[in-house]
Amino acid sequence: MTSIITRRRFNFGAGATAATLPLIGGRASAQAPFGVGFVYVGPVGDHGWTWTHDQGRLAVEKEFGARVKTSFIEKVAEGPDAARAIRQLAQGGNQLIFTTSFGFMNPTIQVAKQFPKINFEHATGYQRAENVATYNARFYEGRAVIGTIAGHMSKSGQAGYIASFPIPEVVMGINAFHLAAKKVNPNFKTRVIWASTWYDPAKEADAAKALIDQGCDIITQHTDSAAALQAAEQRGVFAFGQASDMKAFAPKAHLSAIVDDWSGYYVKRVREAMDGSWKTGDVWGGIKDGMVKIAPYNDAVTPAAKAAAEAVEKGIVAGTLHPFTGELKDQKGVVRLKAGETASDELMSKMDWYVDGVQA
Amino acid sequence: MTSAILVSILMTLVAASTPILLAALGELVVEKSGVLNLGVEGMMLTGAVAGFAVAYSTGSTALGLAAAGAAGVAVGMVFAILTLSLNANQVATGLALTIFGIGASSLIGAGFVGRTITRLGPVFPDALSDHPVLRAVFGHDGVVYLSLALVLAVGLFLRRTRAGLILRGVGENDASAHAIGYRVIAIRYAAIAFGGALAGLGGAYFSLALTPMWADGLTAGRGWIALALVVFAGWRPGRLLFGAYLFGAVMTAELQLKAAGIAWLAPELLAMAPYLATIAVLTMMSLGRQAGRAGAPACLGKPFSAS
Repeated sequence: MTSIITRRRFNFGAGATAATLPLIGGRASAQAPFGVGFVYVGPVGDHGWTWTHDQGRLAVEKEFGARVKTSFIEKVAEGPDAARAIRQLAQGGNQLIFTTSFGFMNPTIQVAKQFPKINFEHATGYQRAENVATYNARFYEGRAVIGTIAGHMSKSGQAGYIASFPIPEVVMGINAFHLAAKKVNPNFKTRVIWASTWYDPAKEADAAKALIDQGCDIITQHTDSAAALQAAEQRGVFAFGQASDMKAFAPKAHLSAIVDDWSGYYVKRVREAMDGSWKTGDVWGGIKDGMVKIAPYNDAVTPAAKAAAEAVEKGIVAGTLHPFTGELKDQKGVVRLKAGETASDELMSKMDWYVDGVQA
Repeated sequence: MTSAILVSILMTLVAASTPILLAALGELVVEKSGVLNLGVEGMMLTGAVAGFAVAYSTGSTALGLAAAGAAGVAVGMVFAILTLSLNANQVATGLALTIFGIGASSLIGAGFVGRTITRLGPVFPDALSDHPVLRAVFGHDGVVYLSLALVLAVGLFLRRTRAGLILRGVGENDASAHAIGYRVIAIRYAAIAFGGALAGLGGAYFSLALTPMWADGLTAGRGWIALALVVFAGWRPGRLLFGAYLFGAVMTAELQLKAAGIAWLAPELLAMAPYLATIAVLTMMSLGRQAGRAGAPACLGKPFSAS
């Protein structure tokens, strides 16, 4: 069962909900389906970040059938306004609520205090409580795999990277990609364009064209649409998908993709919440946990590139390879990791410097 | 910088400017008739999704463009009925139209997310459209040439034809136009239909040419830029063309500078540049004109009912 609450209906319905609160405020009876709510920052139809979270929601529905009732509110603005959306789901009988964007952190904590019996899960944040857990995926592991392919496949030795905003999550991805490519080709160069948006297909495509004009023959992005891949396909260079397999948009250019898969985590946490074993915590899952997947390789990927990428993937899963291993210097020459040292989660989650060879 | 890069930049610039130009040109005619339709973004999105849906289903981008124009007209007619026949407030209705367009396009487009089509190709033969230098002139798709022809046509229509004079008259003084026998409401309906068709076409330029796919909110706010351009261009088609291309040029330059590694400004400031530059230049041009000739139609946004 699904109920969709759009932003508009939510706004118009907010007053009515408050008025009827005493009637529906009671906890659902034992027979009633278990309510699971999702708050999305983008539209479900973005075919990117929000879409992958919604695939997770659908997996929960598939797993538990009539025993759960999922609801979502899409296109919720980050910041204080999100509190109203989260509260709406909390009052609507949901017992577990996922808030899937970094900017929902403070509102989630705030609403969770008012609903101590409801459990919350906040994606990509760092604030936790008795009833607020956090979770995120180690996308940088995927970046290391595609960076390895880029190092092998680029003839010009230059990759173009369309980035959204200089937050640690994005900076980490750029560095992981570049370090992996540089391991293959020591002279590798990564040119970054800050698009200053998560989603503007036309601008993402134009950014890709500008990077190709400057000699990049590999395009990758940390923005949400498949537009950059289409531009790469048109201009005959290679590119990687983001968040989901985007091969359909660029059959020739699409070498592989970093695929987000929240299904396993969502199903597990809903099951725990249903049987009462849910506990707060912080999960940062990677390739090993199935949260980050690598899409099938394009036939254009050379055997050498494929072997190297698979070796990186295996090494990460086995724990023998860490994308951030010293000695690592930033662009100013400051040693960030000593020889043989690997980056701690703490260091990565605060990363605000670029490795040498990144033009950002 | 080699000529290949310059040509490539020019191509990107023209492509980026075209949808804004189309939507703005349509809105210019609407406003000249005395109607303010703030629903441009909604009409663009409806056109974008209708164009994609039809092009995907039939395999014909030409049919897709036609459908996009028709969808824009249809949404425009909703606005026209509400504001002209039922005398609803134009500003509120226009804003509602944009919100409606965002929602409706998302609903219609749900089944098309993740699909792609063959992009709208150049009209001239390969010898011209693939030529390393000549393609700067001959390498564009048909919509680009159509948009330029339309700028000329609208300019001539408004300044040189009797029908254009009547349209302007309706926008300047609806009561007088009505008194001498012109059908104010009918003329405004026609203007809104034209504006809807062009906005729909501009929207479809995203889903058929720039990024051949459908994704929610594909136009990412270009409709609002189109609206602003009409005002900054002083309701003149020629200046509108200049403004749209200037905006496209600065937007493209911003990305090229970043790609080349020439970034003396924070990326956020560079992202603002196209908006600031366009506003600054067009404002300076307006300053040169005499007061009272600002170009805004006198009846812009005012409801009309024949008494």
